[in-house]
Amino acid sequence: MSLPRSSERILDELAGHAELALAAAKAAGAEHAEVAAGQGRDLEVSVREGSVELVKEAQSHGLSIRVITGDRVATSSTTDLQPDALRRFAATAVEMASISEADPFALPPDPKELTRTFVDLDLFDVRTDRITAARGVKEAMRAEKAAFKQDRRITASEGASFSRSSGHSVLLTSGGFCGRTAGTYQSIVVQAIADDADGKKRNGAYWTGSRFLEELEPAAEVGREAARRAVASLGATQLPTGVYPIVFDREAARAIVGLVASCVVGDAVYRQRSYLGERLGDTIASAKVTIVDDPLLPRGPGSRAYDGEGRRARKNTIVSRGVLQSFLLDSYSARKLGLKPTGSAGGGGGVPHCSTSNLYLKAGRVDPKSLLRGIDRGLYVTRMMGFGFDATTGNFSRGAEGFAIENGELAGPVGEITISRNLDELLKGIDAVANDLQMRTSVASPSFRVDQMTVAGR
Amino acid sequence: MEDGRVRTVGGGVDCGVGVRVVLGAAVGYAYAESLEPEQMLAAAKTASQVAVAGGGTVAVAVKRKRLADHYPVADEVVDVEGAARVALLRRADKAARKVSRKIVRVDTSLVAVHKEILVVGSDGTMAYDIQPMVRIGVSAVAKSRSRTETGSSGGGGRRGLDYFDEVSPEDHGQEAARIAIVNLDSRPAPAGSMPVVLAPGDSGILLHEAVGHGLEADFIRKRTSMYTDRVGKSVASPLVTVVDDPSLTGSRGSINIDDEGVVPREHRLIVGGKLRGYMQDRISSKHFGAKPTGSGRRESFREVPMPRMTNTLMLAGEDDPEDIIRSVDKGIYAKKFSGGQVNISNGDFVFSLTEGYLIEKGKLTAPLKGVNLIGNGPQALTTVSRVGHDFELSDGMWTCGKDGQSVPVGVGMPTVKLDKLTVGGTNVG
Repeated sequence: MSLPRSSERILDELAGHAELALAAAKAAGAEHAEVAAGQGRDLEVSVREGSVELVKEAQSHGLSIRVITGDRVATSSTTDLQPDALRRFAATAVEMASISEADPFALPPDPKELTRTFVDLDLFDVRTDRITAARGVKEAMRAEKAAFKQDRRITASEGASFSRSSGHSVLLTSGGFCGRTAGTYQSIVVQAIADDADGKKRNGAYWTGSRFLEELEPAAEVGREAARRAVASLGATQLPTGVYPIVFDREAARAIVGLVASCVVGDAVYRQRSYLGERLGDTIASAKVTIVDDPLLPRGPGSRAYDGEGRRARKNTIVSRGVLQSFLLDSYSARKLGLKPTGSAGGGGGVPHCSTSNLYLKAGRVDPKSLLRGIDRGLYVTRMMGFGFDATTGNFSRGAEGFAIENGELAGPVGEITISRNLDELLKGIDAVANDLQMRTSVASPSFRVDQMTVAGR
Repeated sequence: MEDGRVRTVGGGVDCGVGVRVVLGAAVGYAYAESLEPEQMLAAAKTASQVAVAGGGTVAVAVKRKRLADHYPVADEVVDVEGAARVALLRRADKAARKVSRKIVRVDTSLVAVHKEILVVGSDGTMAYDIQPMVRIGVSAVAKSRSRTETGSSGGGGRRGLDYFDEVSPEDHGQEAARIAIVNLDSRPAPAGSMPVVLAPGDSGILLHEAVGHGLEADFIRKRTSMYTDRVGKSVASPLVTVVDDPSLTGSRGSINIDDEGVVPREHRLIVGGKLRGYMQDRISSKHFGAKPTGSGRRESFREVPMPRMTNTLMLAGEDDPEDIIRSVDKGIYAKKFSGGQVNISNGDFVFSLTEGYLIEKGKLTAPLKGVNLIGNGPQALTTVSRVGHDFELSDGMWTCGKDGQSVPVGVGMPTVKLDKLTVGGTNVG
C-alpha cells in the first residue's frame, strides 16, 4: 500500500509488538495463535449555539490474541504493550485455554489459504491527522451557523460536531500471515431543533462522513440539510391504522438491508438464528433485489484487502435477482455448515465471527421520485426507531417517521407510528428500486418501494 | 458456551486515566491508556487546550470521601476458578434442554467484571470505589414442525456468587426455554391504539425511555427535551411516582459514587404525576444553580461523564394485578422486552416486546408475535389508569446507550395499565 513513511513506522512498531506476543504464545505452548495489534488517533470537537462544547483528543493502542492449544480456544486483549507485560499476557491466554473445551472447528485456516498479496484500496488520507482542533471547531461552527440561518423556525441546536480518526493495524498469525492496514475517516454532524405548536420539539439530523477529507460535503450544506429536516417534520401526525404501500428513502432502506445482513452472516446461520438458514438457492426477495458484499471498493467505508483470518477479501453476491446465493462465512461457520469460507471473517485476534464489508443493495434504474408515482395513499419512511426485528422468524416491527404520500406526491409529516411485516414478505414485496445508491456507509441502499406494510397509528 | 460446548474463554485488562478540564460550558478531554506519570501528564496537557487563556498551576489538597457501600461482595465472580464458572453455564444449559424436547439449541454466557475507579477533582474531591458486575445470559431455540422460535433470559448485578443462591442458572435456563416454547404458538399481534397492561419488572424499560432520558439535565440545558421548563407541572397521571435510586443493594444500576465524585442519592423525578426535578451532572447543575444529583456517569476513562440514570423505578400503587387485567376488554399484556429507544426532542419512544399476550374479556389468551409498541412519553404517562401493588425490580440485564456510551442500569415497576398505546402488530382486523 502506498502509505506515508510515518504510517510505515507505526506499522513496523505494531508488528514488533505482535511478533513478540506471537512468539510468547508459542513458547507458552500455543499450537496456533492470531495476534492483532492496533493504534488509533482521534479528535472530536463539538460546538453548540456558537460556543465550543467539547474538545477531545486521544491516542489509543491495544493488542488482542486468540490462542489454540489441543483444539481449545482462549482470547484476550490488553493495552499494556511493554515487552514483559506482553509475555505474561500471552502466557495467561494460553493458560486460560485449558478451561475451554476441545473444538476442532476452531482451527485457523490452512496456511495455503492465506493471502500474501494485497490490493491497494486507498483508505488513508495523509491530511486527516493534520486537522487541528481549531480547524475542526471552525467547520462545526460553520455547519451550525448555516442551520440557524437556513430557517427562522430553528430554535435550538443539539450541537454540531466534527471528528476525525486514523487507525493502523497489523494482523499476524502462526500460519505465517502478516497483514498491515491503515485507514482514516472524518465526519461532520449537525442536529437542529424546531419547536412545534404542542410543545414538542422536532429534531433534524444530517451528517457527512468519508475516508478522504476532500470528499466531505461542505459543512454549511450539512447544517442547512439538518435544518430543512427539522422544519419539514413540524406538525407531524399519526396515520390511521391500516395497510399502505411504503417507500423507504435510502437512509431507512439501508436499515432494512442491515437486517438482511444479520440473517446471512454465518454465525446467525449455524446458531439457527436466521430465518434464511435453510434457504440457499431459494427465492427470498423480488427479482429487483440484488445484494452484494464488496470489500474491494477503493475508499469504501467498509473496505478491506484481507479478512480477520488472513484470507484474501473478495466480492460476494449474497442475493442475485431475488435468489439467495451465498452466506458470509469465516472458517468456523463454514466448517459448521459444511460450506466454503467466503473471506468474511471480522476482527482478527479475537473470537472469530463473520462480518460484512461494504454491503449494498444494487441500484435500480428509476429516479427516486418515480417511486411515489401511482400511490394514492402511502407512507414515505425517512427514519426508524427501535430494535423490533427477530432474525429467527423474520418478524419485523419498528417505529417510523416520514411523510404521507397522497396522489403520487409527498404530503404532510408523519410520526409516532409503527410499520410491520415479516422480512420475508417485505423483501418479496419490493416492487421498485431507485438509482440513488450512495456508498457513504458500510451498509448502503438506494430508495425502494414495498407493495404493502401494516401501519399502526391512530 | 455454544450448544453445550465451551466455545471460547476470554478475558482482558483495561487501565487508564481520563482528564477533563472544564471552562464554563466548554470541556477539554483526553485520556491515556496507562498510569505512567509522563503519559498522564500528556493527557492533562491535551485536555487543557480548551483553557486557551492559560494561567499557572496550583496544588490542590484532596480529601478522600467515605462512601456507603451499596454492593458489598464477599467473593467476586472474577475470582472464581474458570472450571466453576463453566459449571454454572452447564447447569443453565441442562435445565433449558430438560424443559422440552422441542428445545434444539442452547447458548449461554457468563461475564464478570471487577472495576476500580478513583475520581479526583480540583475542588478537593477524592473518592475510590470498587464496582463488581456479573451477568449471565441464556438463549434457547425451540423448533416445532413448522416454526423456529427463540427465547432468552438474563440477569445479574453488582453481586458476587451469592447472586446464584437467589436466582439459579437453572432458573435462567428454564425461563429462556419457556419463552421459546410459548412463542412457538404465538399469533400475529393486533395493530393500532389499544389498552396495554405492563407486567411488573422488565416493563420498567418503558419508564427509562418514556420519561427517564427526557429528564437528563443536559437535554434540559440545551432546551432539546420536551420536559424543558416543566418542573412543578403535571407530566403524568397522579398515580405515577418515578424515582431514580442509585442505592439499591446489589442492583446493576447502583453506584456508590458517580464519575464526577458526587455521592448520589435517591432522587424523586415525578411525584404524583408532577415533575420534581432533573438528573444533574456538575456542568448542568452549575448552569441551573442546582445541586448535582450524582448522575454524572461515563462508560470508562475514555469518555466524558454526562447525566445518566441509575435504577429507574415506578413506585407501587394500590391496585390488584389480577383486577387490572380483568378491567381490559380487548388489549395486550406485555411481559418481556428486548430493548427500547426514545427521540428526546419529540418524546416518541418505542420498546420491543418479546413475550406478550392478547387480553380478551379480562383474560390472557393467545401469545403474540414480537412487536414494537410506540408512544409519546408525556402523553402515554397521562393514560396510566391503574398501578398495581406488586412492584418488581427487573433482574439485572439492561445496558443503556447514549452518545455511544454504554452504562449498566436497572429498571423496575409494578403492573401498570395504560389506557392507550400504539401496538405495532400486523393484524389490522
